[in-house]
Amino acid sequence: MGAGGHHQLYRPGGTVVHRLAPQCKLPAVAAFAVVVVATPREAFWAFGVYALLLAAVAAVARVPAGFLLRRMVIELPFVLFAFLLPVIGLGERVDVLGLSLSAEGLWAAWNILAKATLGVVASILLAATTEPRMMLLGAQRLRLPPLLVQIAMFMLRYMDVILDEMRRMRVARESRGFVARDVRHLPALAKSAGAMFIRSYERGERVHLAMLSRGYSGSMPVIDDLAAPLGSWVTAALLPTAALATAVLSWSLT
Amino acid sequence: MTPTPPSLRVSELAYAYPDGTQALFGVDITIGAGERVALLGPNGAGKTTLVMHLNGILTAGHGTVEVAGLPVRKDTMKEIRRRVGLVFQDPDDQLFMPTVREDVAFGPANLGMRGPELEERVTEALELVGLPGIADRPPHHLSFGQRRRVAVATVLAMRPEILVLDEPSSNLDPASRRELAEVLRSLDVTVLMVTHDLPYAMELCERSLILSDGVIAADGATREILADPELLAKHRLELPFGFVAGMR
Repeated sequence: MGAGGHHQLYRPGGTVVHRLAPQCKLPAVAAFAVVVVATPREAFWAFGVYALLLAAVAAVARVPAGFLLRRMVIELPFVLFAFLLPVIGLGERVDVLGLSLSAEGLWAAWNILAKATLGVVASILLAATTEPRMMLLGAQRLRLPPLLVQIAMFMLRYMDVILDEMRRMRVARESRGFVARDVRHLPALAKSAGAMFIRSYERGERVHLAMLSRGYSGSMPVIDDLAAPLGSWVTAALLPTAALATAVLSWSLT
Repeated sequence: MTPTPPSLRVSELAYAYPDGTQALFGVDITIGAGERVALLGPNGAGKTTLVMHLNGILTAGHGTVEVAGLPVRKDTMKEIRRRVGLVFQDPDDQLFMPTVREDVAFGPANLGMRGPELEERVTEALELVGLPGIADRPPHHLSFGQRRRVAVATVLAMRPEILVLDEPSSNLDPASRRELAEVLRSLDVTVLMVTHDLPYAMELCERSLILSDGVIAADGATREILADPELLAKHRLELPFGFVAGMR
């Protein structure tokens, strides 16, 4: 459980970005990501403009750089993969600091790094300014597949319950002298994971019964209907619109 | 003028699970409006199976269940589930929405309520269980006792005819246990309480039933049933050490 009960990705605040309706922010971030991906990789300056746009959003939302950087760790596996590309890439080679690297690989690595980083930062900003619950209400409002929204909602609700159960199982294992040190201990851990799965499955069945008992008939009733004023849509559209203008310019220049 | 039908009438209810295990062998229960009744029985007596029949989650193999005169059938299911408020043993199973308010609103919203009317139901139900002002908290941040009371509120919001509680006192500390008892006593609703906590039955219910091996083995005043050690022992029920029935 995150400190103070808030989700670790969320940073409470009351800025314009925080107050925007989630159903406006979600498509704005998605559109921004699509525009970034559609930008030709040779247009270095365009990526600079995107980064500046995100920095502006972060400044308005009062999200400090350190907060963003720590959460960007999630991108690491992609970074490692991107660094491999110039080494294993084929085609024309160039010498960089005494290493013979593939030119095509370098371009591919830059392409992945730049676009993934911008997408990750945009998502972190979205998560930092939108409570997880609001995100789901926004998704519901956008008429995303209701079953998927419900699954995400239950995950959010039961994450802590399941983590707590896992912690109790670990305490029970360790109370009987079990400490996982090497591969030979994997079977015991695998059995715990299996037991965990069955317990969660059974809980799912009980929750379903509780839902049926209160008149559930396949679809979640809309309890909080968040209507977004037109102004909210216009404000949210600023980011993707500015990005799109940049992209159009970059296409016409290349 | 027709007399008010009983809140619950179960007649000759029998049920076997799909694997052939017979759980109920002809159960007859009548509970009048406004009564508070305890359903006692050891583990495995069929208590949970019986409860699942009361709102149509399981359908009777034989016999009938009527709630305030309305038989439990496929076409009456929606109204039956409004009339029967089932409170499950583990509040984490019962409270599945992200906030208390949404959870309490879930039932009435399924009945088609929206807006201020729905808001009013939520406020009313939370006040009935003595927890106004926690509407916007997520359920997992509440104490266990509070969660149990919110679970009661989620069904009270549907204004049920009968409240059915599965082991309401389990895992509660003494103070939470007393607070829940105060809430239950203050409600103007028929209550069926499934439990093997005999002192709790004594405290809250004038009448008790013993369900044992799939039949009703005893039906009478709680005070008398608990004062009959032979009857209790026969059905694997025991008073806690030092407890004397009738002494209050």
